[in-house]
Amino acid sequence: MSRLRRSMLFVPGNNPGMIRDAHIYGSDSIMFDLEDSVSITEKDSARFLVYKALTTLNYGSKELVVRINDLSSGLGIADLEAIVRARPDVIRLPKTDSAQDVIDCEREIERIEREAGIEVGSTGMMAAIESANGVLNAREIAFASKRLIGIALGAEDYVTDLKTTRSPEGVELMFARGMIVNAAKAAGIMALDTVYSDVNNEEGFINEATMIRKMGFDGKSVINPRQIAPLHAVFTPSEKDLKKAHAIMDAIAEANARGSGVASLNGKMIDKPVVARAKYLIEMAERAKTITVEEV
Amino acid sequence: MEIITTGVAGTMESSDIIVRVEPKDTDGIELSLESQVMHQFGKQIEKVILETLGELGVTRAYVDAVDKGALDCTVAARTLAAAYRGAQSTDFVWKNGGAK
Amino acid sequence: MFDFNSIPHIKEVSACHGAYNETNLQDKNHVSFDERQHSSKKVLPDLEEAIKRVGLKDGMTISFHHHFRNGDYVVNMVMDIIAKMGIKNLTVAASSLTDCHWPLIEHIKNGVISHIETSGLRGKLGDAISHGLMDFPVIFRSHGGRAAAIETGELHIDVAFLGAPSCDPYGNANGYNRDEENSSCCGSLGYAKLDALYADKCIIITDHLVSYPNTPFGIPESQVDFVVKVDNIGDPNGIMSGATRYTKNPKELLIAQYATKAIEASGYFKDNFSMQMGSGGASLAVARYLRDSMIRDGIKCRFALGGITGQIVQMHEEGLVKKILDVQSFDLIAANSVKNNRFHQQIDASYYASYVNKGAAVNQLDFVILSALEVDTDFNVNVMTGSDGVIRGAVGGHPDTAAGASMTIVVCPLLRGRIPTVCSHVNTVCTPGKTVDVVVTDQGMAVNPARPELYEKFVAAGLPVTTIEKLRDRAERIVGKPEPIKYTDKIVGVLMYRDNSVIDVIRQVAED
Repeated sequence: MSRLRRSMLFVPGNNPGMIRDAHIYGSDSIMFDLEDSVSITEKDSARFLVYKALTTLNYGSKELVVRINDLSSGLGIADLEAIVRARPDVIRLPKTDSAQDVIDCEREIERIEREAGIEVGSTGMMAAIESANGVLNAREIAFASKRLIGIALGAEDYVTDLKTTRSPEGVELMFARGMIVNAAKAAGIMALDTVYSDVNNEEGFINEATMIRKMGFDGKSVINPRQIAPLHAVFTPSEKDLKKAHAIMDAIAEANARGSGVASLNGKMIDKPVVARAKYLIEMAERAKTITVEEV
Repeated sequence: MEIITTGVAGTMESSDIIVRVEPKDTDGIELSLESQVMHQFGKQIEKVILETLGELGVTRAYVDAVDKGALDCTVAARTLAAAYRGAQSTDFVWKNGGAK
Repeated sequence: MFDFNSIPHIKEVSACHGAYNETNLQDKNHVSFDERQHSSKKVLPDLEEAIKRVGLKDGMTISFHHHFRNGDYVVNMVMDIIAKMGIKNLTVAASSLTDCHWPLIEHIKNGVISHIETSGLRGKLGDAISHGLMDFPVIFRSHGGRAAAIETGELHIDVAFLGAPSCDPYGNANGYNRDEENSSCCGSLGYAKLDALYADKCIIITDHLVSYPNTPFGIPESQVDFVVKVDNIGDPNGIMSGATRYTKNPKELLIAQYATKAIEASGYFKDNFSMQMGSGGASLAVARYLRDSMIRDGIKCRFALGGITGQIVQMHEEGLVKKILDVQSFDLIAANSVKNNRFHQQIDASYYASYVNKGAAVNQLDFVILSALEVDTDFNVNVMTGSDGVIRGAVGGHPDTAAGASMTIVVCPLLRGRIPTVCSHVNTVCTPGKTVDVVVTDQGMAVNPARPELYEKFVAAGLPVTTIEKLRDRAERIVGKPEPIKYTDKIVGVLMYRDNSVIDVIRQVAED
């Protein structure tokens, strides 16, 4: 199965303490940020820091993501020159308005991979959509590169573009979320939700996480480690759902043993999607079950 | 690489280090280090700073560093940033590395 | 009429002081209760007079308590007057000393103080002693070890100088003030109580002289020789804060979550359990998480022991903690609870932790959460010397509770800045590894091999258990291997284990 990406922890790229400790909080992915959390005067030093951290520190099996500056800022290519060579799992492109943005970025990544003698295509990408135009282009963006592991919503810039503000209920994000999750699933990649900034409002955070999970999102970015445990709790299947999933898998196994292609549970035939969902649920639960100490 | 002006990088936050490089007319690096963990890691921090400057080909500089418990990778990153700033250069050289 | 000598066996009756003699009787006092209070012979005009009256002489041992923490004025005030009076060569046996006691350095240099016994030292004083200020090493005792030494008479206190936020003219003293809300307040007088009981002479120093009887009392008049009123016994802000705040530090919260899950998985988390928790960030957060678990599972705590915080009081008032045994109150909520809650009992240091008395509360603990500056691969804990080898800590009740509790959990970050907390050998052994069962860090936990059943339970609960060696290796991989601290041969401190045997020594740090 593909990786769990329930949580992606934002780590400001110019903060050595947070970079050092980023792996201890149990997020599925760590995202080192060179973009909005780094002031314009510190772009170079943050780039050195993230580069050195990625090439020196051991983050075990955590998925490592780096958010670069967008190419039009004049910083993006310098970021890529350093970061592609530092071999993170994924490069996150911010402010993606069109498929062309993805294509342009991919071209640079590929060039650097060739120059550096790195296997072409081994650097993953994800695109963050942060504008009204980007949301409308979500489908094309999601299909723009084989490297894409997912597309994400960046809500702060998006609501500014809409000339509105964020609300606890997230009504202003309904369309963008629907569009992004649908585009991602159509392209067979993950849909990742935006951050919830009010770190002291755990209830609001859980409500939002519950909603986006229901919508089909695979996970969410978090800005504070305290949000990881409640987020994982939302994305962890309930005992009841898990029991049902196991019953489905047992029925399938039994049908296979009988040499029958048709399995049923409680008199109802089990469809293929039901099996897929059950399988996914069980795998998610297995992954989520233990807090492991990785040999880092 | 030649240091032509003052270059500073880093912060006073815990786990960080401020590195300041300044031009020097004569050969050699003159390094002064202040660290919260001087007894345990002073020599190691000095070694990382000098090695990093050596890789850049910096042979003349005054270096002042105030350390707040930075790891080696942070010491190196701040030294690199300070040196490039001091050399007013953006011809960054990146080597391959990383976990993959 | 009788002939005293004709009473059979009268010479064999003890506590019989001959025949009654009218002329030996003192005149009755006919003044009103109110007038007596203003003419108590125990109340002296100033400290100098009190020091003269108790007969303090060169070479004697004096004691202080540390309930005023870093807001204490009493130690410095008393020592300044003693110095002025020209008395020398004293032993200061304080229950603990802290940052604000740096003026003792001058008294040590001038020969007023020649020896110190304490639970801890910090700040400039700790620094000076680590750099060789005293020839007689400082003796560090745990709270239980000190109590035992006092009870057995091995640590003989000539004069106890005990600050109290309220006292009546006859010496009934309390760690709070029932008559006024605006006075300084420290709650329990646990460490002072034992000194009052055993010292030859006891002087209460108060800033609030209240009416007799100041009951229920922390210290009874029967143990008090003199009372001196001063303007201020301490800085209320330094004595305690309003409420000990919950940490928001995500690393401490993470450690607390692991520790809480460990408690839940350990088998000790069942109805009527007992516990002690410190006031450190992670420790306090354990109290919060454990409270949620107790409500969820319908489990109640029979008693909470130790240094008491507002969080424990809240759980008591919610009915989650039935009884509180309080040797030291950590915040104003706890202090007010001592005053107001019937089952918030102040206990003395012996009752808390002594190993020689007929029963100490530490022995009834299911689990205790303790902090550490360093833990080594033998599970030994250092709470005394910093990463530079300088004294900046206190033994406190650490070894006492570790020995008494069925499960001792040490919580600490794996790294502090660039300094590893888990190492091969701690700089100073304060609590022996034999009494430490679990070490919980932000990057995994380790179980003492002597407790395989705990290890099994933690693994089964999906907790991040590894070995202590792997924690050490992980720390070293991240920060590198620190060079050892350089010491001279001179011993500046001696660590007494709770049975008052020497468990380790502290040496003078070498100059650069």
